[in-house]
Amino acid sequence: MEIPREKLRWIYERMVLIRAFEDRVAQEFAAGKLPGFVHLYAGEEAIAVGVCAHLTDRDYITSTHRGHGHCIAKGVDVKAMMAELFGKATGVCKGKGGSMHIADVDKGMLGANGIVGGGPPIACGAGLMAKTLGTDQVAVCFLGDGAAEQGTTHEAMNLAAIWKLPVVFVCENNLYAESTPWTYHCAAPDIASRAAAYDMPGVLVDGTDVFAVYEAAGEAIARARRGEGPTLLECRAFRYYGHFQGDAVSYRTPEEEAAYRQRDPIQRFRETVLSQGLLSEDELDAIDAAVQHEISEAVRFAESSPLPPPEDCLTDVYVSYPVEQLAFRH
Amino acid sequence: MVVTTRVLSYRQAINEALRLEMRRDPTVILMGEDVAGGATIKHIEQEGAWGGPLGVTKSLVSEFGRQRVLDTPISEAAFIGAAVGAAVTGLRPVAELMFVDFFGVCMDQIFNQGAKLRYMFGGKAKVPMVIRTMIGAGFGAAGQHSGCHYSVFAHMPGLKAVAPATPYDAKGLLIAAIRDDDPVMFFEHKMLYDMTGEVPEGDYVVPIGKADVKREGSDVTIVAISRMVHIALEAAKRLSGEGIEAEVVDLRSLSPLDEDAVLSSLAKTRRLVVVDEDNPRCSVAADIAALAVDKGFDYLDAPVKLVTAPHTPVPFSPSLERYYIPTPERVVAAVREIV
Ligand SMILES: Cc1ncc(C[n+]2csc(CCOP(=O)(O)OP(=O)(O)O)c2C)c(N)n1
Ligand SMILES: [Mg+2]
Repeated sequence: MEIPREKLRWIYERMVLIRAFEDRVAQEFAAGKLPGFVHLYAGEEAIAVGVCAHLTDRDYITSTHRGHGHCIAKGVDVKAMMAELFGKATGVCKGKGGSMHIADVDKGMLGANGIVGGGPPIACGAGLMAKTLGTDQVAVCFLGDGAAEQGTTHEAMNLAAIWKLPVVFVCENNLYAESTPWTYHCAAPDIASRAAAYDMPGVLVDGTDVFAVYEAAGEAIARARRGEGPTLLECRAFRYYGHFQGDAVSYRTPEEEAAYRQRDPIQRFRETVLSQGLLSEDELDAIDAAVQHEISEAVRFAESSPLPPPEDCLTDVYVSYPVEQLAFRH
Repeated sequence: MVVTTRVLSYRQAINEALRLEMRRDPTVILMGEDVAGGATIKHIEQEGAWGGPLGVTKSLVSEFGRQRVLDTPISEAAFIGAAVGAAVTGLRPVAELMFVDFFGVCMDQIFNQGAKLRYMFGGKAKVPMVIRTMIGAGFGAAGQHSGCHYSVFAHMPGLKAVAPATPYDAKGLLIAAIRDDDPVMFFEHKMLYDMTGEVPEGDYVVPIGKADVKREGSDVTIVAISRMVHIALEAAKRLSGEGIEAEVVDLRSLSPLDEDAVLSSLAKTRRLVVVDEDNPRCSVAADIAALAVDKGFDYLDAPVKLVTAPHTPVPFSPSLERYYIPTPERVVAAVREIV
């Protein structure tokens, strides 16, 4: 598949931005500046970026607890994301959601999700909207290998199939659900073949190769836009950090982790575009520098932003509701 | 008999209760996501990886093996339902619902199956299972990992519900829950895991359905649940400086409820404040207030005050979360209104 030069630049910039964002978040978390649970996407950049390269702001995605990469690939503002992680009023969710519930509906990003398996039915709903209103929008549902064992995932795949909804299920198989290997939690030899049970195409993709993801996702999304129904993609990749920040990762060996880096998605992209003369080294280095600057700016913005006023706890619960009944009783 | 006690954390007390009951009764099994961790991975097959996300079930797999400490897929409806089925047919499963907020995924198995089978079968079955689950705000874990929600379960006929506030109570109540022949929801507050206290060696039972007076006082009764017991005790300390002696009643069991303990304290102090981290509408706190006006009306010299979370989900930002969680200041203010 021929990828326009501007798109290639965008793909590289987004992957590097995700990596830089996650590496910086890891530092800030270690420094005790971020509350709560943080799940990092480093190592899996090619999946979010290769898929979202085919989407516009009008298309929808649902995400997972590991959602920063999906946000960035979908074009959510990085400053507002960083501020959200810091719990600031300028955060993309005004400090109400944090890392695990980061979302931006205006960008078609229907939320990271604290509930494993929470996203697939919602993606069906977005697909149903497009089908009902006769638009050409699609919904992409990102889910983990662990989420593939949740009942909601199977119900959603069946529903999308019988209604021929414009939904693409992208299963990010990073080999583990927390400390549990996917070969233990999954009875099937691969997740993609489960698509057969719902009479939809199922494709196993190298999730560290952004070109492979781009191509597979392109076909699936085009099929969805044509009204031919859902597809299941299983993209295999590695998560570089622990399950969450603070995970001692005793279940992996140093050799296993070192092997991951041999297939680093960003490095692979660089090698491919340089060897084929598609982009120049200077160009890539300039993108790297711009990204570093953007991340520093995002952290500066987040740190200098105010915390939300405490009473904001009571806003946004409903569209309309008697305020005095939201507050405390006494 | 000399009972040796030592200082354990709330986390260790729970771990010890599980260990002792698993030793005593081979039908007790444990299941949940990563309760051992690292299933099938050679170098940790024996000792496990996580022992639960916050290490509560750590090392149980080394002693009892993977036959009895079962890592599950992320399929709560299936494995909690399997716990129901195993309980009806002869095991005593302890299933871990990692965070109580996840109950939405598997509520049918809890509510329509586990809780109702005995009744619908005309008493011909029992469901001796425990669901251990984490509750509570304060961790910055936001809307889907921070709720208390025990009111939802206390509302349901067929389920028992307990929420210990100390390491001693955690161990004794968990042993009681495992031995109980009904399904018991066991609520562990995530902010209490590192709290330490005296815990006797060996097994003992804290009876389900019995509250505990954690501080005696004569001017006002503060009924509290789980972590809020410590907030109430802190408030009582401050009030004491003002010459107000508060009695702090730790509910411990939410269903059944120790009505006598609440009413007899009320008979003494004639004033009641309830402190509850759960949302206020149709809550345990509201239930206690109803008890006071129904069966304790003649004792009351002042309105009942509820200090609860607001009617909102749990927010992420520290400034918002601090506002959400009841504080000693708010308890003190509520007491001052009625004393
Ligand atoms: C319903 C539900 N059950 C359990 C959890 C706890 N949990 C959070 S992430 C996770 C593992 C998810 O694994 P996977 O789907 O493979 O995604 P990954 O973390 O590997 O990206 C679990 C068990 C949860 N958040 N929601
Ligand atoms: Mg995974």
